[in-house]
Amino acid sequence: MGPQLSWYLALSAVLFTIGAVGVIVKRNVIAMFMCIELMLNAVNLSFVAFSSFFQDVTGQLFVFIVMTVAAAEAAVGLGIIITIFRNRESLDVDDANILKL
Amino acid sequence: MDNNLLSLIIFAPLAGAAINWFVGRRLRNEKFIGLVACGSIAVSTVIAFYLALKPGGALHLSDPGNTTPVFDHLWTWIQVGKFRADFGLAMDRLSGTYALFVTFVGFLIHVFAVGYMRGDSGFYRFFAYLNLFMFSMLTLVLADNFLLMFVGWEGVGLCSYLLIGFYMDLKEAGNAAKKAFITNRVGDWGFVMGVMLLFFITSAAGNASISFFDHPVTGVTSAFNVISSAAVEPFGWHAIFAGGLTSVAVLLFIGAAGKSAQIPLYVWLPDAMAGPTPVSALIHAATMVTAGVYMIVRCSAIYVHAPTAMFIVAVIGAATALFAATIGLAQNDIKKVLAYSTISQLGYMFLACGVGAFTAAIFHVITHAFFKALLFLGSGSVITGMHHEQDMRRMGGLKKYMPITFATMLTGWLAISGIPIFAGFFSKDEILWKTWSAGSFGLPGPMWSKALWAVGALTALLTAIYMTRMMVMTFWGSERFRDVHADDHDATAHFNNDAHHVHEPHESPWLMTAPLIVLAILSLAGGLIGVPYALSYRGHPENYIERTLEPVIAKASGHAEEPSASETGPQWLSPKPQAVDGPPAFTTLDEHGAGEASHSPDEIREERLLALLSIAIALAGIGAGWAIFRKRPLLQLPRILENKYYVDEIYEAAIINPIKVGSREGLWKLFDVGVIDGFLHSLGDAVKETGKVVRHLQAGFVRGYAAIILLGALAVVAFFAYYGVYALRP
Repeated sequence: MGPQLSWYLALSAVLFTIGAVGVIVKRNVIAMFMCIELMLNAVNLSFVAFSSFFQDVTGQLFVFIVMTVAAAEAAVGLGIIITIFRNRESLDVDDANILKL
Repeated sequence: MDNNLLSLIIFAPLAGAAINWFVGRRLRNEKFIGLVACGSIAVSTVIAFYLALKPGGALHLSDPGNTTPVFDHLWTWIQVGKFRADFGLAMDRLSGTYALFVTFVGFLIHVFAVGYMRGDSGFYRFFAYLNLFMFSMLTLVLADNFLLMFVGWEGVGLCSYLLIGFYMDLKEAGNAAKKAFITNRVGDWGFVMGVMLLFFITSAAGNASISFFDHPVTGVTSAFNVISSAAVEPFGWHAIFAGGLTSVAVLLFIGAAGKSAQIPLYVWLPDAMAGPTPVSALIHAATMVTAGVYMIVRCSAIYVHAPTAMFIVAVIGAATALFAATIGLAQNDIKKVLAYSTISQLGYMFLACGVGAFTAAIFHVITHAFFKALLFLGSGSVITGMHHEQDMRRMGGLKKYMPITFATMLTGWLAISGIPIFAGFFSKDEILWKTWSAGSFGLPGPMWSKALWAVGALTALLTAIYMTRMMVMTFWGSERFRDVHADDHDATAHFNNDAHHVHEPHESPWLMTAPLIVLAILSLAGGLIGVPYALSYRGHPENYIERTLEPVIAKASGHAEEPSASETGPQWLSPKPQAVDGPPAFTTLDEHGAGEASHSPDEIREERLLALLSIAIALAGIGAGWAIFRKRPLLQLPRILENKYYVDEIYEAAIINPIKVGSREGLWKLFDVGVIDGFLHSLGDAVKETGKVVRHLQAGFVRGYAAIILLGALAVVAFFAYYGVYALRP
């Protein structure tokens, strides 16, 4: 018995949950950022799994789009993080709790 | 018969007002303003006389049977469903008579005012208002339907307000203006309600109308014709609230009582004396305050269907006459005396209306316009001559200084007191006689007409007394103005430059004395237009006024076809009112030839006897006044009279104060602050409180937001997991 679809989905769910919990639990902005990437890639995993299972290439196309968005998000997000760090000298999100600098 | 000149009567003063308002205020040239003001009224006067008196004119002097008015239909104003109001003018015998004396007396007063207002900074404003008043008054008189009449009615009210408050820097003038306006509002309510009710009644009768006349061109039917066949309503208090013609008549009388200063709405008129004296003469004596009488006479067709209303009118009129006369007895302000005298004389007019002597009422309106305008203008002349002193206690001995004013006011005094030949005698005597001989129509018992007559006669006595007192205090006796001026020399320090010259009384310029002389002649001879048959020499001179007006006035006794309600039957306990007094009216001429037939010798004897009694009363009044006040002009009269029975104080306590307190405590503090503001504030507070709770979600705690997003996403997933992927498909 080869690998089943449900195995991939279970792995995807586990990764996503780890990412989601990490976003909530972690204070460090970089760590949160990594958790978000983890969530995105958990979703990518399920996309690819479905694509392979249903023999439909659409899911893989979606993965490319998600990767593109993730790259853009990383660029913008890291820029914001650096700015916040310069101003607050801290990477703790709980310090960035007001809408102005 | 149409004639477009008619509208010029009302629009000439309007044009005068506009010119004075827009051009006069820039030129500030008294000659120009005075000429425009007097000239526009002169135009009205000439046209009014032409249209009324020319052969075939509105009064139809040579054609007693013809009652066709002169029409001028300008445009259809409002037409909604069955309701129709035209901007149309009509001059019939009644409105023509009215227009004649309004324009003529108005013209004289305008001329006087040019002299009186000389040097006033508001000269242009004064004459703009005065012309506007003439426009409104003539609209009121010449309107051919109730709604347009109401326009004039409100217009004169507005101008009265503007002119009472003319001296804007005097607080009392402003207050008096407001008082007049607000009191009139109460009456206007009655007028409007009465007209609406009349519209509904005519509507129910199948021909909705608020017009006074059958109009040949527009095809409008007269409201009075619509109701003419209605039954005379029963006598009784319930009739007032039954919503029939009695209700209409009572509501209209409320309007008349407001405008014509009758109990209980008379309080504004004495205060209105705060305005310039020509205003008092024109508006608050000769013309505007008689608008109520005019309206009731115009609506005589309604009143003869409403005996209850007639009774109310008669009683209120008599009560007002006596009440005001007693107050007038004790006033020290020369204009206040005349104001109460006006109220009292207006009471006479309503008494006449109430007993069905509508012609006599109009006759008295006219003679009163002559002699009261004369007295007011005379008092204005005195006030000018005394350098704006109105207190009679500081006058005295003026006949030496102001001979023309004295001589003319003497005429007015004798006229109002009821000395024969003078105008007031004939009209007042006519009213007293008609009251005495009134039938039981509108009166609950036979003694009522005698009681009303007694009140009228007592009022006549009081009138003679207080007018004598006024004359004596002003023109005879010691020259009290000297003592006073010596006393309060400091108080008048602003006259210092030539104090002794300034205080010497002087005769007024000819611009002021000329109108006085004309009015004096009218007060002397004006009564001859209405000499009753009994007092004439075999019908000479004719009773022109009655002959002119009788055909257009409904008669209480004219309902012979309803025996239960009028002519026959046991109700006529006192002598029947004559259908026509004197040879005059056409019916009599047609039916009885020379008309002598309608005068039974008994009645003539009775009328002559009463006339003698009237003369005796007048002489007694003058004699008493002379005897009492010649020696002691400053005699202290009962305080209650001097303080006007404390009516103002009673109104203050019973009506004004409750309204004030109720407005402040109830409407403002409770309703506005509590309910309106309270509602809005609690709405705001509710939003604020909700926000206070909800804002804890927005703590700026980024991981919190993430958790909420996650929960939301989980909820969506849970929803679809539970209900299936297609749960939202329709």
